[in-house]
Amino acid sequence: MNQLRRAFLKNAGAVGTVAVAIAAGLLKPGAVFAAAWNSLAFTAKDPAEAIKNAGYSGAAESSDIVIKAPDIAENGAVVPITATSNIPGTTSMAIFVEKNPAPLIADFAFSNGAEPYISTRVKMAKTSIVRVSVKAGGKNYTSSREVKVTIGGCGG
Amino acid sequence: MAEAMKMRATMEGNVVDVKVLIQHPMETGLMKDAKTDKLIPAHFINQVVATLNGKTVLDAQWGVGIAQNPFIGFRIKGAKPGDKVGVNAVDNLGTKFDGEVVVA
Repeated sequence: MNQLRRAFLKNAGAVGTVAVAIAAGLLKPGAVFAAAWNSLAFTAKDPAEAIKNAGYSGAAESSDIVIKAPDIAENGAVVPITATSNIPGTTSMAIFVEKNPAPLIADFAFSNGAEPYISTRVKMAKTSIVRVSVKAGGKNYTSSREVKVTIGGCGG
Repeated sequence: MAEAMKMRATMEGNVVDVKVLIQHPMETGLMKDAKTDKLIPAHFINQVVATLNGKTVLDAQWGVGIAQNPFIGFRIKGAKPGDKVGVNAVDNLGTKFDGEVVVA
């Protein structure tokens, strides 16, 4: 990282060039990202708190959220999860692993034709409920399923 | 750091299926180095934005629970072959990752 930075500074030729780049917003971290990282939700240790801080509390159980995940994950370090929301007007989707040290895994906002579908791979510390919550039409919906973990994803 | 990201975008009917792989350690900050017995500092991608022809389609925030060398698959309706899908990501240390692929 430091070496990379050094090389970058060297390539830029002069500090002035970098200053111009910063002024132009080119080097501003996260310039393209709409919202600041929700540290309150991502650092919450309690699942209910993580759900609340992420804005998904008060969700109604819905079978229209389809979660594809293995019943038993041999390796908790890499557990494939695919979630689809069949609820019309779904604008965002969050994945929670309730028994993880940090239950909120990710929060996705869909726009401009993106389908309410996400496929990813998560870490699971131990056997846990995997919960997928969505926002649709100003309401929250949720669905969950259990994934059994034989070897934890946190070196355990 | 384009070489850290691999992308594929293929049409399935009128929907483009995008798959993205990013090389990243995704350190949680909770694990100890086996040799030094010291905690390995957290180092993880925390924001990811995907675009179709420059328009945002997916705006994601990640925590430490996404697996190492993150994979993400998503689908965009109304895309056609030749369209460009871009992905920008940044980690908690400010390192940026980006990739672009033409829909096949």
